[in-house]
Amino acid sequence: MKNSNQENEVLQENSILDAKLQRRSFLQYAGAGAAGIALVAAGCKKDRGYGNGMGGVTLDFKDDFGVLNYAYALEQLEAAFYIQVASNPPAAFTAAERAYFQDIQFHEIAHREYFKKALGNAAIGSLEVNFAAINFTDKASVLATAKAFEDLGVAAYNGAGKRLKTDAYLLAAGKIVSVEARHAAVIRDLISNGSFANSEVVNAQGLDQALQPDKVLAIAGAYVKTQINLINL
Amino acid sequence: MNIVNIIEEIEKVDGEIYERLSPRRAAMKDFFNVGKKVALSAVPLALGSMFNKAYGQTVPTAVVDVLNYALTLEYLEYHFYNHSILAAPGLLPSGAPLGAITTIRDHEKAHVDLLKGAVTAAGATPVEFAYTDFDFTAGNTFADVYTNYDTFLAVAQAFEDTGVRAYKGQAAVLKGLDYLTIALQIHSVEARHAAHIRSMRAARGASIKPWISLGAGGVANDTGIAAVDKVYAGENLDIQAPDITITGIATGVTKAAAVESFDEPLTKPAVLEIASLFIR
Repeated sequence: MKNSNQENEVLQENSILDAKLQRRSFLQYAGAGAAGIALVAAGCKKDRGYGNGMGGVTLDFKDDFGVLNYAYALEQLEAAFYIQVASNPPAAFTAAERAYFQDIQFHEIAHREYFKKALGNAAIGSLEVNFAAINFTDKASVLATAKAFEDLGVAAYNGAGKRLKTDAYLLAAGKIVSVEARHAAVIRDLISNGSFANSEVVNAQGLDQALQPDKVLAIAGAYVKTQINLINL
Repeated sequence: MNIVNIIEEIEKVDGEIYERLSPRRAAMKDFFNVGKKVALSAVPLALGSMFNKAYGQTVPTAVVDVLNYALTLEYLEYHFYNHSILAAPGLLPSGAPLGAITTIRDHEKAHVDLLKGAVTAAGATPVEFAYTDFDFTAGNTFADVYTNYDTFLAVAQAFEDTGVRAYKGQAAVLKGLDYLTIALQIHSVEARHAAHIRSMRAARGASIKPWISLGAGGVANDTGIAAVDKVYAGENLDIQAPDITITGIATGVTKAAAVESFDEPLTKPAVLEIASLFIR
């Protein structure tokens, strides 16, 4: 998988250089000199490392692929969590709670698979999760984790929206974030009815949270074994 | 990465680009000096900040229009809830329901204040609506909206789901701007409201989920209330950009799950058509 991705990239690079520009004029176009060469190198496969390499995965925020991969990473994490809960829910879950987690599981799977398809060859690999801190037999532990994931997901999409340059992907992210917010509200109400949008998450101006990727991954990283590197933030 | 080419491209759509930039020669000079000092990979960021300086003084009309449009909807919601709390005795059960509606009313008021301030700061005139400017019965379609709790909740749900769709529909206009972040931060609060109102209706026996699902027989409207069909028009879409069919994208992802996973936008004309039913 990783090898074939790299091969594709190499092929792409060659065809761009051959077909569109001679190497020399390409360098001139990018701006000659050491800085120019650094830029060209940055555009090439080395730091495009979307695959699972020895150093984990790299999210390169220089373009929309980085933002979409960031969303893909978060959706992978959420999906893995809900799949585990839905397949073996805490005994104390009511029928309604089981149904909610069943629904949310499929929403997160749909989001995960959507990003995977939209990214195609540019998609990062599968993340290895670390749920050691979660007691999946304990309802309170499961709900608290779900709340943390959902609130964090909302804040992550809200914070990343401004980075998206493509109308269609900005809209897609918008279509997803409101569903995450619906999840967050439901989970919060399951923990304490009426806490769907309390002052923990909505400030005095009536605004939900917005967090930048480094802040989000500092929190989410506790649940991921795979190292996630952020560049061009 | 040729700055002259970029500026020439901009000149095609903005004939005044050189005039905008010329009083800012210092900024241009700084920009090129920065370019020499740092790696070229930082150029897009520096370029962005240069144009913010050039354009930063005036907020584009399209952005002001979005702010006033959002303000209109926030006024609608605020007055709707505020009246239910202040002037509809016996409508809202005390305890959790009154608490939730008060929380939502307070958020809508905060949104009104925030957007009013944003329009004013942009040098434009904010729209203004009083309670008396609205008819929340929508010409007697919802005649008992302030005496029947279930009708009230049904209209509340329609407003919240419409609000979520309306903000989404304007994202592209605000692309790349700080206004987008603010709009997104309001948008997700509206979605939280929508989910809670839907849960309140479910607790009253309505067959409804916190997320917008597929309506009976595959229709877009999942509420079973025909009068709000337009609020849910197009919500049963299961194909997402660029051309990805969500139904069946993985095992268990039914059409209903696909529809629930993505909230759809509404265009401004479609939203205003709905809102106009409630504006005198």
